[in-house]
Amino acid sequence: MPDAIAPGALRAAWLVAKKDLAIEFRTRTAFLSALVFALLGVTIFYFAWDSTAVAASDLAPGVLWVIFIFAALLGLQRSFGAELADRAIDGLLGAPVARESIYLGKALANLVFVCGILAVTLPAVVLFYNLPMGRGIVALAGIALLAAIGLVAIGTLFSAMAVNTRMAELLLPMLSLPFFVPIVMSAAQSSARLMAGRPIAEAWPWLRILVAFDIVFVTACTLAFPYTLDE
Amino acid sequence: MTTPSAAAIVPRRGPDVLLWISLAALAGVFVRVHAFTPVEAMQGPAQKILYIHATSAFVALYLAFVLMAIASLLYLWLKDEKLDRVAESAAEVGLVFTTVVLLTGPLWGKTIWGAWWTWDARLTSTLFLWFIILAYSMLRGAVEDRARRARYSAVLGILAALLVPFIHLSVYLFRTLHPMPILLKPSTPSMPPEMRTTFYLSFLAFTLLFVALLRARYRVATLRDLIADRDQEAA
Repeated sequence: MPDAIAPGALRAAWLVAKKDLAIEFRTRTAFLSALVFALLGVTIFYFAWDSTAVAASDLAPGVLWVIFIFAALLGLQRSFGAELADRAIDGLLGAPVARESIYLGKALANLVFVCGILAVTLPAVVLFYNLPMGRGIVALAGIALLAAIGLVAIGTLFSAMAVNTRMAELLLPMLSLPFFVPIVMSAAQSSARLMAGRPIAEAWPWLRILVAFDIVFVTACTLAFPYTLDE
Repeated sequence: MTTPSAAAIVPRRGPDVLLWISLAALAGVFVRVHAFTPVEAMQGPAQKILYIHATSAFVALYLAFVLMAIASLLYLWLKDEKLDRVAESAAEVGLVFTTVVLLTGPLWGKTIWGAWWTWDARLTSTLFLWFIILAYSMLRGAVEDRARRARYSAVLGILAALLVPFIHLSVYLFRTLHPMPILLKPSTPSMPPEMRTTFYLSFLAFTLLFVALLRARYRVATLRDLIADRDQEAA
């Protein structure tokens, strides 16, 4: 039977991602709640500052990235939480696919999830904070993608670990947030330059950190993931 | 599972000699710092915090944290429970020393820089290191299964070691782009010989204390696992 042939590593990852996205698309609960959370956060933050003292464009990058990581954490929580029910993870582990592929698939599904949140939150911030965004929005989307990759790499791994602990909901942010520091810093700093209408070259030192972070942690987390599974 | 007998691991009852020696060394350094080391001309008595602050930072960053990362890496490779206990002990003792750094830093900073806290690159990196070790300890406390706990904490230990350069780099970049208002930026003046000797002695005393605490903590971990094994056999 040709169907019985084990899929290649990337194809297996794609299958895992497709499964997760299908679950999310049919229920939509996690995505919608994360999205509403993000939009609420963006509006509440606006009133946390005196808008006559601090320009909205100075606040916007910080607001965007802080809200974004918290909304993403909501989605990441669900990534392996969904596998707990009926010990679905056993079915996944029993499948003839490499452990690394499972991780990459999960991470890919999470990447789609957080990019979906960003796709709404980013324009919302531009709108609510009256940012003069022209072509900069494309560069901003690029920064967002780089930040999302690093965030998802870390978050997916820690989600796999946190679900098997006693205080999963608390532990995931506690483990992840220190790792999000370089991401938030570089993303906020580089997008602040763009939102202020500065050339992209000024954001370059920060982008380099972001790219290096992505490379190091996607690799490290993929290699580390098999150790988070029970044999 | 072959567990070595309790007698092989647990030493005879009695005082922890190494710990007492290190405490005596610490007391000796304390006396030397206050009675036999000159007061710094510019900073006054506040400079004496150096002997606690810098030495604790050295122990926390270069001994405890590095040991935790190396033991974590080796654990994933060799799967030896001893390595996990070393990582656990190093992290916990390191947490104590990092706390000392973070407490003594602001005390010194207030008198010298005029501010309790500045978002200086080294300060901020130390703060996040403290957060990471804290998370590491929480993770250990939240996992029941021993093998799983060891694997999870080893993964976190290794990733933390990879994270530190990134935090340092980004905080450094942050700071250089936004200079902080520092009243008096301390350069690194060459210390007079009395101070230098005190400084080195302090290093020795703190390193000794680290080793003693690490050993004591390691024993606690060994005993705990031993009791868990015995309970399991009895059940």
